[in-house]
Amino acid sequence: MSEQAILSVRNIKVHFQVDGHGPQWPWTPKKVLKAVDGVSFDLYPGETLGIVGESGCGKSTLSRGILNLIPATEGEIVWMGKDLRKGSESDWHKVRSDIQMIFQDPLASLNPRMTIAQIIAEPLKTHRPGMSAAEVKDRVRKMMRRVGLTEQQINRYPHEFSGGQCQRIGIARALILEPKLVICDEPVSALDVSIQAQIINLLKELQREMNLALIFIAHDLAVVKHISDRILVMYLGREMELAQKKALYDKPSHPYTRALLSAIPIPDPELERNKVIQILTGDLPSPIDPPSGCVFRTRCPLAEPRCAQESIALHRVDDDTQSSCLLV
Amino acid sequence: MSLLQVKNLGVQFATHDGVVTAVNGVNFELDPGQTLGIVGESGSGKSQSVLAMMGLLAKNGSTTGEALFQGRNLLAMDAHELNRIRGDRLSMIFQDPMTSLNPYLTVERQMTEVLELHKNMSRGQAKKRALDLLEAVRIPDAARRITMYPHEFSGGMRQRVMIAMALLCEPEVLIADEPTTALDVTVQAQILTLLKELQRDFGTAIIMITHDLGVVAGLCNKVMVMYGGRVMEYAAADRIFYQPSHPYTIGLLGALPRLDHDGSELVSIPGNPPNMAHMPAGCPFAERCTHRKDRCQSELPLLHPASHDGQVLRACHMPSQELIALNEAEIHHV
Repeated sequence: MSEQAILSVRNIKVHFQVDGHGPQWPWTPKKVLKAVDGVSFDLYPGETLGIVGESGCGKSTLSRGILNLIPATEGEIVWMGKDLRKGSESDWHKVRSDIQMIFQDPLASLNPRMTIAQIIAEPLKTHRPGMSAAEVKDRVRKMMRRVGLTEQQINRYPHEFSGGQCQRIGIARALILEPKLVICDEPVSALDVSIQAQIINLLKELQREMNLALIFIAHDLAVVKHISDRILVMYLGREMELAQKKALYDKPSHPYTRALLSAIPIPDPELERNKVIQILTGDLPSPIDPPSGCVFRTRCPLAEPRCAQESIALHRVDDDTQSSCLLV
Repeated sequence: MSLLQVKNLGVQFATHDGVVTAVNGVNFELDPGQTLGIVGESGSGKSQSVLAMMGLLAKNGSTTGEALFQGRNLLAMDAHELNRIRGDRLSMIFQDPMTSLNPYLTVERQMTEVLELHKNMSRGQAKKRALDLLEAVRIPDAARRITMYPHEFSGGMRQRVMIAMALLCEPEVLIADEPTTALDVTVQAQILTLLKELQRDFGTAIIMITHDLGVVAGLCNKVMVMYGGRVMEYAAADRIFYQPSHPYTIGLLGALPRLDHDGSELVSIPGNPPNMAHMPAGCPFAERCTHRKDRCQSELPLLHPASHDGQVLRACHMPSQELIALNEAEIHHV
């Protein structure tokens, strides 16, 4: 892509100070939990980047780090040519009207004491304080229709809606400011299959209409396949593979990506019965005390002795794929 | 005779809005070593049907019909009789392993309790058996971990402990209520492989409840698709996946994000699931069905053998051949 990236993340790290085991005295040294440990990527206008990984891999922390909801410890977040980590609170205020977020739990992310009209209008009140009440109402109505809600529902409260409808309200709230980037943090994980498909299709339509860039976070590679252009696979706070969608599914280069792909059950009895699953043994290591060298080596079927000593950052394997495996 | 025979099972709840029927007219049979998948979205009644069989309904719930386990009706038993069967001949694993294990007791105590109660074993014998089972579900370093508390295990490990506990008395039937929904895909693959192997080794019959059709495909012989508390389609797994004959089954398969298809557009089912307190008079799926006719909204379709294949049971007014032909034409078109 020759276009200018709207968001460039460079070597971002989010670390937390946590208590170790045993008695905690004031002088007991704190341990460092590396939730995100050196992630870099570029995002282009109108593009969807899928971020995939198991629970605890740092994908949600990364998205919150980008928005400074959890401040990053290190690294650069360059939004439209400006490094946000050096910016002031008022710079952030401006940026947040361009970057919006959709959350996983559709009901918990809506204020139960506000009506739908108030919830969807809230970003306008914060970011467009001069707007007249009539115009706010007009925009809210338009947005509600756009995401598939009816105008009669405007004065209802969140508990009167089903999960899928609540997620539509969340989408309306995120899009009312006409942002350039929407970060979707597992927006469909809590929904039923039939509703999942509705929400994914809606997001794709809106993306086309508004030329939105999306960061779509999920733990499921099958869901991500239907919406992403490029996909980033994370494990224990690090990047494992960053590839074009087609390349990732056709010829996954990193052993972790391959394991993730083979673990997804296929709804086809014949294929599923005869499938050879690459079972990952063991559990995720603790991010407080990650393995030396490549963090995936303790569960990797291909691990060699040198994987414990060295590790490398993402490097280009071919035109479409970057991988952080020493062996490819 | 089948191991488990469920006849016309119904579950009702008395609520402030009147009586809500959560499950209506469920029939199935389970033979030793078989796996039955019950698939449906939240609120379809899939969990309530098995909770009813285990006598675990909420206080305001009541049942109708029969659930015969080795010829004895589970629904008519009192708690004392049920307690002798539950955990012994019939056991269950739940979706969330953290909330279904006792946080105050070590894994050892929770497991030995079952054996002392049902098998009259001494603590020593029971511990030995518990260790064997933990090793069978591949808990590494089982001898040390058996003395730990549930919070010291990861999610996948806890689910293994649950499975080991459920298998302690070598039950005839294992009911698994969304056992992998709370787990990551890699851990899900581990648990599903484990269940398959255990079934092969112990010959346990499994009832697998899930909303994920992918999980059902590799594991189940027969599949029952539920919606709005009723059975929509009930057939061999291959039939459900290769030649679905109910609009809801077709919709579910189309809406599923899958890896093996390249089509990037998902076919969503329009609308929302029905409100169980105000069920429509006709077919529960009619409101969201693309093949809806006037008749569907007024008259409830009954579950009956399909005209294209008598082994397939379906509840739909539209002739099965017509629907299958339409669906196949559409797949080829895409």
